[in-house]
Amino acid sequence: MDPSARSTGPKSGAEPVLSLRGAAVRVGGRTLWSGVDLTVGAGEFTAVLGPNGVGKSTLVKVLLGVLPAAAGEVRVLGGVPGARNAAVGYLPQRRSFDASVRIRGVDVVRLGLDGDRWGIPVPGLGRAKRRAARERVAEVVELVGASAYAHRPIGQCSGGEQQRLLIAQALIRRPQVLLLDEPLDSLDLPNQSAIAALLGRICHQEGVSVVMVAHDVNPILHHLDRVVYIAEGGAVAGTPTEVITSETLTRLYRTPVEVLRTSDGRLVVVGQPEAPALHSDRHSEPGAGGGHVSG
Amino acid sequence: MNVLTQPFFQHALLAGTAIALAAGLVGYFLVLRAQIFTGDALSHVAFTGAMAALAGGYDLRLGLFAATIGVGLLLGGLGSRGRPDDVAIGSVFAWILGLGAFFLTIYTTSRSGAQGGAGTSVLFGSIFGLSTSQTQLAVLIAAAISIVLLLIARPLLFATLDEAVATARGVPVRLLGFGFLALVGATAGEATQAVGSLLLLGLLAAPAGAAIRLTDRPFHALALSAGLAVAEMWSGLLLSAEAPKLPPSFAIMATASAVYAATFLIRPRRTALPAAA
Repeated sequence: MDPSARSTGPKSGAEPVLSLRGAAVRVGGRTLWSGVDLTVGAGEFTAVLGPNGVGKSTLVKVLLGVLPAAAGEVRVLGGVPGARNAAVGYLPQRRSFDASVRIRGVDVVRLGLDGDRWGIPVPGLGRAKRRAARERVAEVVELVGASAYAHRPIGQCSGGEQQRLLIAQALIRRPQVLLLDEPLDSLDLPNQSAIAALLGRICHQEGVSVVMVAHDVNPILHHLDRVVYIAEGGAVAGTPTEVITSETLTRLYRTPVEVLRTSDGRLVVVGQPEAPALHSDRHSEPGAGGGHVSG
Repeated sequence: MNVLTQPFFQHALLAGTAIALAAGLVGYFLVLRAQIFTGDALSHVAFTGAMAALAGGYDLRLGLFAATIGVGLLLGGLGSRGRPDDVAIGSVFAWILGLGAFFLTIYTTSRSGAQGGAGTSVLFGSIFGLSTSQTQLAVLIAAAISIVLLLIARPLLFATLDEAVATARGVPVRLLGFGFLALVGATAGEATQAVGSLLLLGLLAAPAGAAIRLTDRPFHALALSAGLAVAEMWSGLLLSAEAPKLPPSFAIMATASAVYAATFLIRPRRTALPAAA
């Protein structure tokens, strides 16, 4: 089957926000993944899933243009990755702020707006511009529901509060795409579902395409439009119900995998191998991507 | 005649103000980036560089700035990849300082008319001994450091707080890190002339530490750090001029430490909300 046909095209019919076609990436001479086909339309919520060490974060770096793709074609907002980064919001894998960081949350959010500009804000200059910037900060802080603590030093905010402020920082320039790397990591369960709901709202109400690396699909499952599952040597993309099934994952992992659905709707993947211990075995075979599931 | 109108005091006031301004600005980022250790390394290097230049028959400041800026860049190159262990740090620093003592001995024994006090004045500073031309150069260098730092301040803050996002936004994070350490090196060379290599760390760290305790707005803290450093420099110089028993380095550092200690008495304004999710 044609890879692009698998992913139902963008909702508007316009050019997709993100597209990968037969993309592969090599880090330090070894192929992390290959044969990744993915199309993300405007306002779609996509999760990047897969075992640890398979290169999920690397996919985000490729989309940012920080790392080149070794093969295939990658387009972001109609250009090469990195060309339109002003319209891409990015939340790296987090490291939280140390308790000793005495900088207010709003200042960290503000850096997302003009942190790349040289010089310092000069008192008395550009009053109107600065008021507009302050209003935009307040607006985006309100959007993520962080107004209550945005004026506290960020080091004194909890992990969930810091995460909301950082999402505000990523959103402040009204990006068309939001790339998030394990944003639910190290959060407790109530915070995980609250941040997931926030991202779902940003995606479906504000029309921002969200691509999120996750190791657990459950907190975001009912917000998702699309899933790309990366395993060693291959990848499958599609809707969650298409991809997260015993058949697809068994084919992808080339080992029996069972997907169970609990009574409360959570998915449990059983028999899923962890990141391979013997990389040399895997990469000695030519064309490590040859085995990827093609629908 | 009033001591305040004497040329030596006016030179000290002029150079001291400029040096304190640069030290306060650079120190803020040094504390924010948790690179105080770099300042410590540079204080060892400053002495040795100055002594090496003297022993070789050059202007002391040539060796001073070459050593501090060079080692600042070297530390930037090592970065987080080469984080030496404590024993290596301890031995290397002691060895560098020992090398300084070696150069000092060469200098005092081989050159006729050598100033025997050169070692002491580098270690503890000699701000009351600056000539007109030395003052001019010190002011020019300090002004250049301050201007460059203000130009890179905002991207440097971004890179400091959020390296990955800043990189994605096109901020030249690595280049800024290098440039900043070169500025730290130049500032260390400047501060050596004011308070001496042994005490320069205090001039870099104390005003910045106090400013960070007093405000949580980054650009206010940057300005406050510079302002505190200048005020502490002035009061130290005045104190020392009025009470000649107090050497200026001691008076400046005593004021700086007192202000930093005093910030612990002030409870920062803080909304005491429970850390709810």
